[in-house]
Amino acid sequence: MTTPQAISASHPAGVRAPNGTGSSVSRVLGVVALAAMGLLVWLAFVASPRDAIQGDLVRLLFLHPALAWTAYLACFIATAASIQHLRKGTVGSDILAHSAVELGAVMTLLTLVTGSVWGRPTWGVWWVWDARLTSTAMLFLLLLGYLALHRIDAAPEVRSKRSAVLGVLLVPNVLLVHQSVEWWRTLHQDATLLDRQFDFGTSDLFMFTMIFGFVAVTLVFSWLLLHRFRVGWLEHQVESEWLDEAIEARRAEAHAESHDGTPTTGGVAR
Amino acid sequence: MLRDARLIAAKDLRIELRSKVTASQILPFALLVLMLFAFALDPDSQALERATPGLFWVAVLFVTVLAVERSFSLEGGDGVRDALRLAGLEPGGVFLGKFAALVVQLLVVEVVLLLGVLLLYSRDLAGVGLLAATMLAATAGIGAAGTLYGVLAAGLRVRETLLPFLLLPVLAPVLIAATRAFESALDGVPSDGWPWFNLLAVFALVYIGIGILTFGSLLEES
Amino acid sequence: MEPVIHLRGVVCLLGRFPALAGVDLSVEQGEIVLLQGPNGAGKSTLLRLCAGLQPVATGTARVLGHDLATESHQVRVRVGLLAHATFLYDDLTVADNVRFWTLAAKADLDDAQRAMQRLGLADRLAEVKVSRLSTGQRRRVAIAILMARRPELWLLDEPHAGLDQDGRDLVDALVREAAEVGATVVIASHELDRAAQLAPRHVTIVGGAITAITADTAAGPAGVPEHQQPEAVRSAP
Repeated sequence: MTTPQAISASHPAGVRAPNGTGSSVSRVLGVVALAAMGLLVWLAFVASPRDAIQGDLVRLLFLHPALAWTAYLACFIATAASIQHLRKGTVGSDILAHSAVELGAVMTLLTLVTGSVWGRPTWGVWWVWDARLTSTAMLFLLLLGYLALHRIDAAPEVRSKRSAVLGVLLVPNVLLVHQSVEWWRTLHQDATLLDRQFDFGTSDLFMFTMIFGFVAVTLVFSWLLLHRFRVGWLEHQVESEWLDEAIEARRAEAHAESHDGTPTTGGVAR
Repeated sequence: MLRDARLIAAKDLRIELRSKVTASQILPFALLVLMLFAFALDPDSQALERATPGLFWVAVLFVTVLAVERSFSLEGGDGVRDALRLAGLEPGGVFLGKFAALVVQLLVVEVVLLLGVLLLYSRDLAGVGLLAATMLAATAGIGAAGTLYGVLAAGLRVRETLLPFLLLPVLAPVLIAATRAFESALDGVPSDGWPWFNLLAVFALVYIGIGILTFGSLLEES
Repeated sequence: MEPVIHLRGVVCLLGRFPALAGVDLSVEQGEIVLLQGPNGAGKSTLLRLCAGLQPVATGTARVLGHDLATESHQVRVRVGLLAHATFLYDDLTVADNVRFWTLAAKADLDDAQRAMQRLGLADRLAEVKVSRLSTGQRRRVAIAILMARRPELWLLDEPHAGLDQDGRDLVDALVREAAEVGATVVIASHELDRAAQLAPRHVTIVGGAITAITADTAAGPAGVPEHQQPEAVRSAP
């Protein structure tokens, strides 16, 4: 059912397609996000002191939880957009879901990497079967599954519809995996090792920097999502462009036939 | 909807009776997996015995992938998908029918597998109530998720590689919960296992619900 | 009365290929229409579209009083499509297949039984697996299932292909009978001589668009030339 929009999008009379992914709003957002990241770097590396126990490692805490938060945020956006796509069949909701999952996968990977970097000196190994690490790794695999399905070589409606069903399942899957992994680990130990080894809440600056980290990372996430969405939208428009030409070419077959009487062959026989 | 479900399930089971693919290929494959585990884990060190619940459910997951592929290769034949749409069958009914037929076949395989692990890995049967309940709930969840992901991958050129990659991560909660519940049952402490049974039941209900709701749009695509 | 098929500027995409590039066509109730054109002209896609299986990209398409863009469900259960694919489960017997598809379409099993007899499937072939059938026999099973559904609109894609002489005559007879009781029939065929005798109106489609519509006044409106019928009935098994 996406095709009617596909065609109307290809020739909105007189409206020129944008030739970039920026707009005044996104430029402002970009500058704000950049400034916020700059401030975060200053807060995290200059203003904040080393932690008594953790040393410099504690600075990862300004980034790691915020990354994890955007990864989960991306899942919720993807599921909401997928539900919308199944209800209305709009092209935009499919593109939004796909953009969110793609960014979510990047954020999940960064979460894993920062967690692992923090874990190496703390635990002495790169990986432990910690509940939170394990369910984050599973989340990464779920997101890769969505991306694999979205990449299949099939008609656009088929691809977007199937991806949307997978997108709807994303949040329930994340919750179920999270719950089961949590219980699985609490059989033997505390669910997560992360919480126990800090003594934070002491310094106001520390808390502020951590919360500010959430703000800055969310801003960057929004900026990236906006642009990824617009790239998807432009791709979609380019794909729609061929349609007029293809219909013209197809009609030319009919004209050729009625003029010289030679049967045209070729094309798809269905 | 239930009428359509019965019709589809009866048709799938009749196809199995006539073709015997599950009986002659999938079931022996499940037993083969039990042998492979024994080769991988030293049978003398009691590793097999300790890992029995987990190995059982891993074997079930392998079987699931094959059974789901079989279930949807039936519908991949000669324009059958179009015919299902032309017949005006209710999508929810088609989902429940495919689901029911898959669950019945999986349960048969699981019973044989259970006998296999008890015999080959020398475990004693215990906690039968919990074992049976776990098997039913876990299989309902596996069947519902398998049916839904099966149709997601059906008809694609990459379906054989895509299906396990999409399905198995999703079944991780079932593997965890069913394994723990089996452990409790076989270790003789069934009371520890019932919370896991609850998780399995929730999983099954979530997937049956989403399956009924979304199957329509999956059959509807052209 | 509204035509059974009413298409205006219909564009229909197969992936990225515009199989139909703007089709205008009207077919009245009880008509038998021949659809002709070269391979790849869009005949099969047009039939699938009328069956409600193909999304309409642009244009309006109404079939049996329903808009295909929004109400294809209501259309599907009332049409009978005989396609290249025969819609059969290979591992089931002929009787199993007929029974399943008849029940699925909520049609009458007695009708299905009569259809099987008419097509010579009721006796020896009934318990044979479909995978063991020849192409012609598969076609016969598909036709039996189509008949049992008592469709209001018959969409036949190369109905004569793969059939022996008896089978072809039988198809012609069935089409005439269907039209007599008020069904509408669209036939896509390469066997122009045979199909031309059935269908008074010939629609030519090339490059996804209708290029010619000719009415053959020699054949009556129901398309039943008197001298044809007895022969066709005799040859029915």
